[in-house]
Amino acid sequence: MVKSRSFSFSKVMLVLGLLFLYLPMFVLIVYSFNASRLVSVWAGFSTQWYGELFRDEQILSAVWMSLRIAFYSASMAVCLGTLCAFVITRFKKMRGRTLLSSMITAPLVMPEVITGLSLLLLFVQMAQTIGWPVDRGMATIWIAHTTFCSAYVAVVVSARLQEVDRSIEEAAMDLGCTPLKTFFVITLPVIAPALVSGWLLAFTLSLDDLVIASFVSGPGATTLPMVVFSSVRMGVSPKINALATLIIVAVSLIAFIAWYLMRRAERKRLQTPDA
Amino acid sequence: MRRKLLPTPLTERVRAVLFNRRVVFGIPFLWLLLFFLLPFALVLKISLTSAVMAIPPYEPVFRWVDNTLSVVVNIGNYLFLLSDSLYFAAYWGSVKTAFLATVVCLVIGYPMAYAMARAPKHWQLVLLLMVMLPSWTSFLIRVYAWMGILGNQGLLNSFLMWLGLIDQPLKMLNTNFAVVLGIVYAYLPFMVLPIYTNLVKLDVRLLEAASDLGCRSLTTFWAITLPLSKAGILAGSMLVFIPAVGEFVIPELLGGPDTLMIGKVLWEEFFNNRDWPVASALAIVMLLLLLVPIVLFHRFRAREMEKHG
Repeated sequence: MVKSRSFSFSKVMLVLGLLFLYLPMFVLIVYSFNASRLVSVWAGFSTQWYGELFRDEQILSAVWMSLRIAFYSASMAVCLGTLCAFVITRFKKMRGRTLLSSMITAPLVMPEVITGLSLLLLFVQMAQTIGWPVDRGMATIWIAHTTFCSAYVAVVVSARLQEVDRSIEEAAMDLGCTPLKTFFVITLPVIAPALVSGWLLAFTLSLDDLVIASFVSGPGATTLPMVVFSSVRMGVSPKINALATLIIVAVSLIAFIAWYLMRRAERKRLQTPDA
Repeated sequence: MRRKLLPTPLTERVRAVLFNRRVVFGIPFLWLLLFFLLPFALVLKISLTSAVMAIPPYEPVFRWVDNTLSVVVNIGNYLFLLSDSLYFAAYWGSVKTAFLATVVCLVIGYPMAYAMARAPKHWQLVLLLMVMLPSWTSFLIRVYAWMGILGNQGLLNSFLMWLGLIDQPLKMLNTNFAVVLGIVYAYLPFMVLPIYTNLVKLDVRLLEAASDLGCRSLTTFWAITLPLSKAGILAGSMLVFIPAVGEFVIPELLGGPDTLMIGKVLWEEFFNNRDWPVASALAIVMLLLLLVPIVLFHRFRAREMEKHG
């Protein structure tokens, strides 16, 4: 057995690392219930900041805007990202494949300020040349988010595609299935979990983006991160603590459900004989 | 008799056209060409113009003068970047900060990933989710959390004063220390994940063989585990370093007046000074600076995506 001092050292580091990751979020949650405005003073339990949060029209409309953009971006990104993943894992001899795979992986690490600036310049140029987009807003943010979210979807989906048993697809096609039907009947059910997790990842990425949206947005479209950013620039605000708590709770709930479903699927797979 | 209508030859042909390989390839290819590659060409173009008070605020590169196309190229923006030491300091500051943060991430992240990969199977999924969960919540809010902790009247200072370790608050917020801390905090999951994926695939038999042959555990680690996880370390480091160089939110919220980082300078050139050509030139230089790390990362990713294919 491989057991050593470094093993227990790494365990300690894991616990400390997780504490480091979670303590600040825990602090936010606790102080969202603080009656006082100040962080250092605990003035008793109160939910007044939640009340103020839900009365803040600006925040509410920004939440709605962000949710809509995230929904559309994630949906489009799943389509584009899946197509990319297909080309990269399946069409080995396609011309232009290398260029496509470079273009799809580059957004993963591209600094946001560069992506944002470049897309804004594109939209300005397009408005000059073809007259669209007249106003920057939801549509331009949607395009920008779709582009960078596709990269993440492509990574998630291509990892799954590599594990698909090709012989089943080949059998279906030998039996007369068209490639399209094979995709919908055989491949899609197998990669469905990856599509769901890709969609969720894209959704959270879009919901969270500040820098790119700030560049490509116009006066009409203010997303939630923009409102939060302009507010926290001024300093700590208990209303934002309340908002942060709600976001953390929502994400944790979804993650917990995902974990539960995954565990159940795993158990089922182990129980079926001859698996 | 079959109840279903057979597809007519026409719809068959339409289908064949719509769903052939070229379409599967063409849609994402054209999208990325238009919304990813072309924008970079435009950044390059506009970095070669000069700023004017107009909408859009730059001079055209291509102009029709007396029925001939004249190309006006202005490298003045790049010379301007060279002449002002502020920009050099900002690039240097970004690289220094990002490098330091990457090293700290590696030092914390590697043991974490190692412990995760060695944990019992049913624990691994839980730990993985726990490491990833923070990155699914809001980035902005996670950075903001540190403003409340590090401030002069913040939690950490109050705690240290309550302990009696310090008499007056330490200045932690709005310093370079806070920026590095913020980057480490925000990007740590991106370091842990690729290293974990790499370590979990590591053949345990190699380690057992080494220990059977009398290798001390630490020696085994240096001789086998670490070299075999090189790809994961590289991927994690690039995932932290490259975005950290261009980071804007963290230096803006946690940094101070002496924090010079290029992402923030670019933002200010663009939004405050409205000097689009200089902002574009800054972006081009930043891209050149990051070219080597980006290519390294890309080669790693391409290999990951094409494995077993």
